[in-house]
Amino acid sequence: MQSVDSSQRFWLTRPFRERATQLFLGVLFAALLLVTVLHLAVPQGHPLHVTAYTVNLFGKYLSYALLAVSVDLVWGYLGILSLGHGAFFAIGGYAMGMYLMRQIGDRGTYGDPVLPDFMVFLNWDSLPWYWLGFDMAWFAFVMVLVAPGLLALVFGFLAFRSRVTGVYLSIITQALTFALMLAFFRNEMGFGGNNGLTDFRELLGFDLRTDATRLGLFLATGVALALGYILCRAIVTSKLGRVSVATRDAEARTRFLGYRVERFQLFVFVVSAMLAGLAGALYVPQVGIINPSEFSPIFSIEIVLWVALGGRATLYGAVIGALLVNYAKTVFTGIMPDAWLFALGALFVFVTVFLPKGVAGLLAHRKRKTQEQKNQARKPQEATT
Amino acid sequence: MRMLSRFLPGLLCLCLLFGLPQAVQAQDDPGQPLLEALDTSSYADKAEAIEVIIESGDERSRRWLEALLNGKLQRHKDNQRFVIVLENRGRHWPVADALSFEEAGEMSRRELDRIGINNALRGTLQNALSLLDLYVDDADQRRDAARDLLGNVDASMVEPLKAVIENEENAEVRRLLSQALAIYRLDQGDVEAIADLEGSLNQQVRSVLNSAARSDDPVLADAASAALAGIEQKLKLNQGLETLYFGLSLGSVLVLAAIGLAITFGVMGVINMAHGELIMLGAYTTWGMQQLLPGQPGLALVLSIPAGFLVAALAGIAIERGVIQFLKGRPLETLLATFGVSLILQQLVRTVISPQNRTVVSPEWLSGSVMINEGLSLTLNRLYVLGFALLVFAGLMLVMRKTRLGLEVRAVTQNRAMARSMGIRATRVDIMTFALGSGVAGLAGVALSQLTNVGPNLGQNYIIDSFMVVVFGGVGNLWGTLVAGLSLGVINQVLEPWVGAVLAKIIVLVFIILFIQKRPKGLFPQKGRAAEG
Amino acid sequence: MSLIDSLKDRDRVFDFMAPQASPVDVRHGPILYMEDVTVSFDGFKAINNLNLTIDDGELRCIIGPNGAGKTTMMDIITGKTQPTQGSVWFGSRHNLLTMNEPEIASLGIGRKFQKPTVFEALSVFHNLELAMAADKRILPTLTARMTGEIRDRIEEVLETIGLTALRHQPAGILSHGQKQWLEIGMLLMQRPRLLLVDEPVAGMTEQEMERTAELLTGLAGQQSVVVVEHDMGFVRSIARQVTVLHQGSVLAEGTMDEVSSDPSVVEVYLGADDGEAA
Repeated sequence: MQSVDSSQRFWLTRPFRERATQLFLGVLFAALLLVTVLHLAVPQGHPLHVTAYTVNLFGKYLSYALLAVSVDLVWGYLGILSLGHGAFFAIGGYAMGMYLMRQIGDRGTYGDPVLPDFMVFLNWDSLPWYWLGFDMAWFAFVMVLVAPGLLALVFGFLAFRSRVTGVYLSIITQALTFALMLAFFRNEMGFGGNNGLTDFRELLGFDLRTDATRLGLFLATGVALALGYILCRAIVTSKLGRVSVATRDAEARTRFLGYRVERFQLFVFVVSAMLAGLAGALYVPQVGIINPSEFSPIFSIEIVLWVALGGRATLYGAVIGALLVNYAKTVFTGIMPDAWLFALGALFVFVTVFLPKGVAGLLAHRKRKTQEQKNQARKPQEATT
Repeated sequence: MRMLSRFLPGLLCLCLLFGLPQAVQAQDDPGQPLLEALDTSSYADKAEAIEVIIESGDERSRRWLEALLNGKLQRHKDNQRFVIVLENRGRHWPVADALSFEEAGEMSRRELDRIGINNALRGTLQNALSLLDLYVDDADQRRDAARDLLGNVDASMVEPLKAVIENEENAEVRRLLSQALAIYRLDQGDVEAIADLEGSLNQQVRSVLNSAARSDDPVLADAASAALAGIEQKLKLNQGLETLYFGLSLGSVLVLAAIGLAITFGVMGVINMAHGELIMLGAYTTWGMQQLLPGQPGLALVLSIPAGFLVAALAGIAIERGVIQFLKGRPLETLLATFGVSLILQQLVRTVISPQNRTVVSPEWLSGSVMINEGLSLTLNRLYVLGFALLVFAGLMLVMRKTRLGLEVRAVTQNRAMARSMGIRATRVDIMTFALGSGVAGLAGVALSQLTNVGPNLGQNYIIDSFMVVVFGGVGNLWGTLVAGLSLGVINQVLEPWVGAVLAKIIVLVFIILFIQKRPKGLFPQKGRAAEG
Repeated sequence: MSLIDSLKDRDRVFDFMAPQASPVDVRHGPILYMEDVTVSFDGFKAINNLNLTIDDGELRCIIGPNGAGKTTMMDIITGKTQPTQGSVWFGSRHNLLTMNEPEIASLGIGRKFQKPTVFEALSVFHNLELAMAADKRILPTLTARMTGEIRDRIEEVLETIGLTALRHQPAGILSHGQKQWLEIGMLLMQRPRLLLVDEPVAGMTEQEMERTAELLTGLAGQQSVVVVEHDMGFVRSIARQVTVLHQGSVLAEGTMDEVSSDPSVVEVYLGADDGEAA
């Protein structure tokens, strides 16, 4: 009956009623707090001390986790396997990177007060029009959401209108990110070509190289993940979320019920792209660079693996998957870099063949088992009452 | 031995001194009178003699005239023998007989008389030398000589050239010679010469026409401009043909890379992301074959065709049995799993062989090019790959249309359940189809090894393009793949000169993305009930 | 969508102003006209000069051998397939050939597929919720809340189709017959004016069939129902009017008795021409 009860509430606050969301938020905030305390309160050199480097690394993982959540929203609940979500992530990242570039001001190598170094190097004499406004933080932050959202809107409008779905859609999303990668590699595009945007100094006046800013970015990313998670949860527990699932499982049937399926797909796709853009924007100041390699099809498909490993259509599974794979990547590339691609490849095969529901599926399975055992234990009592 | 070899020329010399058989032979040699005629004090007579030598068509003419030009044709004062001085340093010069070109020991420079020439004769000689090759019997040699003359004709050559043109049998050579002559005439302001230059693609012709077009004489300038316009048009046509050729060549590569995918994707609905790596395996097979058969790149390449097919097909079967069969009906998961396989295969090659590119040698019969005309030549390796792609396509068509396997494959594609109930073992068909599609990828790899570097990333570079081709052509339709591959190749090449390679590629990708929106089922969609599923 | 279409949509901006009742004009009697409809796939005529009229509130059974064009006919009415020629009108106001599937659905034409398709991952309750007639645009769907009224209506239909006890189970675990009923229930939630039901009793047990017959006959009167069915016993038990399709056109029309004594029908059903097995 609980589902009926919660469905009477305002859609955005609905997730707070769910046990799973409460648990997720609890764990997330506890982790954020723990890292902060271990970083600030425990003296350096102590075995429990968390270094600024590690805080930074965790911050990067959290932005990946948000990206994974955005992919799970479209893949898990809408059945659209996007192999191009890296593109939205990268575009959000570039929007942030453009702001950070403009913040450098005249402190660049060439000391030009307006033009970023690479433009001076290319002998450009003025900013291209699409760089205008990025000196203002609010504009850049709006663009972080609007730019990927707009791309998703145009692309999705064309794709869903003509009912391109399934593997076809996957392939053309891959082609999309591939085309963008090639485009961003070109110097003429005005995004720094091969090298991308880098040498950032400060964000909103905070020096990016200080430990305090890094901690702040880590926490901000954690909060963004929480908010993104709640938003996605609110969507999937709403009637719209159920229409999405209906679309995923029986698109034609949903259409005959009178839903304009393509509009629902477009809506969810655009929301997801914006979340991916936000993730990219949080990622860039933490790693200090954005370049076209974020557009590479391999990265996009790797995101999908995080979701698959964690368990699709659960949202928290996506977070778990992103953290697990990226932690493993850090460890592996540290001790035996050659083996990483073997491990990653094997993981793809293993997860799809043996673990179709991911880690979350395993958890749910165990939970169900204990539930069943409890039920069986309770049954005789119920029979008597 | 060394003693003997030193001694022998001297001995020969001695024999000659005493007017022995060699000298007798010299009297019979038709060259003797030709040279005799040169030994005269009158320069006018010498000029005439030179002409006679040229017209004689004697094979030795070139060396005679070159020697004469350099002052090395000399005559022995005592025995009147003609010699060519090999080196004129010191007192004694090594010489060779002027008729037989055999070395004739050393002679004192005092014993020799030089056949002298003056400046006028020097010019005549130089021209004569350039005309000389026009008298040889081999038409190809004459054509090359004629081509060298373009832009290098001067006044003294006009008359002999006219004579040569008159007597020339080969039309091509005659045309080139008239052009050479016409360039000279045009330089002199002869408007009618332009008629002879029309339609020539030669650089020299174009430059002389260009300067004529800027001339003060309006008649000349107009005529030259008109001729230039005609040439430009012909050049454009040539360029178009070249673009078409490059486009078809690129397209044939795309077709090769994509057609295996079209089979596995079209028949089984399986997205094999490791397809690119199967191509890579084919390419590495070629490389391995060449390592096994060093020094025989041609044989290795030919053997690689079946070997590459086999290696890739076996790898394909392994992928099908090891991964894909567990993911029936879950195309998106198949996509992810095979992507994992592709990562493993790439890393395997990096670890086992090398992360660096490997060079595959092209056999001789594959290098070089075919010249169509002066502005257009086609590289042979691309021509072979184009032919190979068409052969593979035809072969596949044959397999699909005429064999039992093809029939079963088509049955399974159209209605899996029905085919099963008819007694077709769908699993076996799946394996065979996958092996076939993978094997064709291997063939693509063998062909690609002749065009690009063979490295671990080889396959990755083709996978997205291949998918685009299959999707563009319409899934499950081999003709569609052929047409799509070739036309995408041509579109790419047509765009390239305008916007550059990268942008051309981007435009093609965007074009396909838009095209799929318009026609989600590709160029040649499957129709009817089967397509609805 | 073209500019013109989006302009046309403008009059639907204020949905609350539009009358809630279905705007179908049935003053002239029939709710569905199909006139001279032909569909050809690559030259094969799946529907050939079909003429069919369904009256408001009527229960009509359509029978015919496999390949007679029954499913294609439903595809045309619901907007999935465009006919090569002919006209299809819903009431005397709506030209169905100019509309797409969701538009037709929101006009009040509901369809039950041959293969039961319910949303297996969603609960029975939510299946019905999605089917309910409501504002089906994005934002209203996102912010939709469950009211007591809606719940009562869903419970009522759950009662009708006998799935009350299973309301929170995912639809995927239902038996075949239960899925068929759920689908009919979903159609009821839509409050359609015209119900198209494709082979509702395929794979059902005897009792399930009886219940389905009850359900369908109960609907007629308020709604017009078109049933396509193979099972002659079932058709006999519910049909008042029967139309026989053969090779894409109407072969005979009338009561069950009239039709089954028609010699041409007998030939089609018993003759050896019927190549495909049922």
